Amino acid sequence: MKQRNDTGGLSRRRFLAATAATSTALAAPAVLGQARPRVVVVGGGAGGATAARYIAKDSKGAVDVTLVDPSRAYYSCFFSNLYLGGFRDFASIGHTYGALAANHGINVVHDWAVAVDREKRTVGLAGGGSLGYDRLVLSPGIDFRPGSVPGWDLAQQNRMPHAYKAGSQTQLLKAQVAAMRQGGVYCMVAPPNPFRCPPGPYERISMVAHALKQSNPKAKILIVDPKAKFSKQGLFEDGWQRHYPGMVERVGPDFGGDKVEVRPASMEVVVDGEATKVDVCNVIPAQQAGRIAAIAGVTDKSGWAPVVPHTMQSRADANIHVLGDASLQGDMPKSGFSANSQAKVCAMAVRGALTGSKVFPARFSNTCWSLIGTDDGVKVGAAYKATDAKIAKTSGFISKTGEDAELRKATYKESIGWYAAISADMFG
Amino acid sequence: MFLLFRRHEKTRGWSAFADHDGLKKAVSTLLAAALLAFLPAAAWSADAGRGKALYGQCKRCHQVGGGAKHRIGPHLNDLFGRAAGSLADYRYSRAMKGAGSGGLVWTEATLDAFIAAPRAVVARSRMSFAGLEKAEERAELLAWLRGFSGARSDVPAAEPTVTPEEYGLDPKLLAIEGDPEYGAYLAGECTTCHKPGGGEEGIPSITGWPPEEFVIALHAYKRGKRVHPAMQLVAGRLSDEEIAALAAHFHRAEDGP
Ligand SMILES: Cc1cc2nc3c(=O)[nH]c(=O)nc-3n(C[C@H](O)[C@H](O)[C@H](O)COP(=O)(O)OP(=O)(O)OC[C@H]3O[C@@H](n4cnc5c(N)ncnc54)[C@H](O)[C@@H]3O)c2cc1C
Ligand code: HEC
Ligand code: HEC
Repeated sequence: MKQRNDTGGLSRRRFLAATAATSTALAAPAVLGQARPRVVVVGGGAGGATAARYIAKDSKGAVDVTLVDPSRAYYSCFFSNLYLGGFRDFASIGHTYGALAANHGINVVHDWAVAVDREKRTVGLAGGGSLGYDRLVLSPGIDFRPGSVPGWDLAQQNRMPHAYKAGSQTQLLKAQVAAMRQGGVYCMVAPPNPFRCPPGPYERISMVAHALKQSNPKAKILIVDPKAKFSKQGLFEDGWQRHYPGMVERVGPDFGGDKVEVRPASMEVVVDGEATKVDVCNVIPAQQAGRIAAIAGVTDKSGWAPVVPHTMQSRADANIHVLGDASLQGDMPKSGFSANSQAKVCAMAVRGALTGSKVFPARFSNTCWSLIGTDDGVKVGAAYKATDAKIAKTSGFISKTGEDAELRKATYKESIGWYAAISADMFG
Repeated sequence: MFLLFRRHEKTRGWSAFADHDGLKKAVSTLLAAALLAFLPAAAWSADAGRGKALYGQCKRCHQVGGGAKHRIGPHLNDLFGRAAGSLADYRYSRAMKGAGSGGLVWTEATLDAFIAAPRAVVARSRMSFAGLEKAEERAELLAWLRGFSGARSDVPAAEPTVTPEEYGLDPKLLAIEGDPEYGAYLAGECTTCHKPGGGEEGIPSITGWPPEEFVIALHAYKRGKRVHPAMQLVAGRLSDEEIAALAAHFHRAEDGP
């Protein structure tokens, strides 16, 4: 029998995990005593939780799946803007891993992966243990690129929150918006491409404007943006005009939006050499693959991890699959929907390789909804196929300006149905 | 009589409740009940009044009348007086079954509340229907449906829910044998939006459908005869075999957690 868990010291955490794994094996007596192929999934978010769930569910216990994530609860970035706008409560965007363990026998380990030995095929954990794998799935999301906004680093995240990984950062940003002085200024330093959720910053502007319109109607919103254009721009700008006239101002690269610096101590934003004092400063820095991808050596100089579209295997190592935001795959936006879609292709490929199950051609799709104001939802979506070079867009659609209120409301309702469905698809 | 019913989690039973929109609904239920009382039972005929036309909104999922079969929803013959979720050969959601065993019986009042807002009565029902807002319309529809309950000889034969011809489809499409294993893989694309079992507003439930209705719906999107950008995109790239595979899969698929 292959070594199923760590070879290192049996810490309490590892001991608990090993106990959980034993009860898993008891739940699936057919495979007791056999060497089951092992899959380790690093990151229990949109990509990782889906991949772990589908591999375990569809292999019916034939594959030993371990999911590593430091958090006991995953707070989704998707719908975190709706929390900022007051349309969702915080608890409603939190998910736990209990059902993945109970329903699918997944061994959930709460720890950080800190090392990957590609020769020995082991993942090292911060707690000291190590996990052997036949296939490793990395879906660690993003990390921020150091130095991308001069004056800002992670040590400043309490003064100038990013709220671009959801959880306490999101709560902090909401509290800062609520506490803003009357007539104050909320500033967002928007990120350069590529970054997670292309419409995300602009949906956030809409939701912050919605909250301020009620509690602080004279407040102003300033977007400092290094990009000339952004996702669903026409739809957002039209919506801001209708719902929040005069509130939102955007400084693009033509006016120095790409030459920005922040001074957290004095709460100043310096655009093209000119300093402005603001009340809340939401800095969303430039991004790259979550650090563990670089540690594993699967990223290239872009900072993202190139993958083979048909299987989501790393181009650097066929035993490793990279999903979601961290992957460099082609045309799909970095979204929860995309990560979930890629995870299913990956799960099928992993099962095929480890158990000989049937492998069907990869297919991908994405739809991103955004809420602009009450019952005013819009969406953009596309279908994709795997080519040898990249995941390539085949067709798509986008909401239009001037749609009637009923259609916008139906679109918003769809997003609620989607959130329930994708949550169940990840954690159910 | 004019009470709404809501499940008590603790007692697992049903009881009347009144809250802010409970009152509004109770008033409309009163209205509907009053209207029903004015419709003499003898006057029923399958073509009288607007009932049949209003049933057009139910027809794509339910059959009623002579020889009615279960389709997307259960048949609606002998509905009045039967416990919710109680027909042995139809696969109900857990929610509907639980409501029935918790004591929900279909009467004018409970049906009126259910048709007004299905998920306000059975919270996680798989019936994806937004609700009939107008109390008079509900009353007329129920008076018509009532004619199909109890022994009577004058009920017409059940009409089909949907036919391929309605969408200009070749009936041969319905004969394609789907591969459920391929369907299970393809279904991964669908479950990002369609929660197994449904139970949410916004995106309809598609589990447990008869394959025929399923195939017709997807071809209708594929050919632009049903208009919805996301579904047209999804269906647009499915082959006839893939549609059959998905229909076979979802027909058997379990309700989710
Ligand atoms: C404000 C905002 C709004 C958004 N709105 C939408 C939307 O409406 N629709 C949509 O589809 N997408 C949306 N997104 C994008 C979406 O959140 C991401 O694209 C998606 O979460 C990516 O999935 P992932 O698996 O790559 O990463 P994540 O979901 O971020 O998961 C990564 C996980 O890995 C864990 N992890 C990282 N490193 C390690 C390590 N070393 N060891 C162990 N665990 C580790 C983290 O704890 C985390 O739980 C939004 C994003 C933001 C910021
Ligand atoms: C989109 C399809 C759909 C439409 C439209 C629809 N229904 Fe249903 N209906 C269902 C399904 C599916 C169920 C089973 C629900 C469950 O198990 O949760 C159901 C259940 C029911 C029940 C409960 C039956 C029982 O045996 O307990 C009644 C009553 C009912 N529907 C009446 C109606 C009426 C009246 C209409 C029109 C106003 C209607 N439905 C429209 C799909 C539909
Ligand atoms: C992006 C989200 C999304 C995805 C992905 C999606 N659907 Fe849908 N689907 C919807 C929405 C929204 C509707 C309602 C559309 C309408 O009003 O006509 C719908 C409607 C349907 C219907 C008709 C339901 C009814 O009550 O008449 C069927 C059948 C269906 N989808 C099947 C599928 C299948 C099969 C897949 C996967 C191959 C899929 N859908 C993928 C969002 C989605």
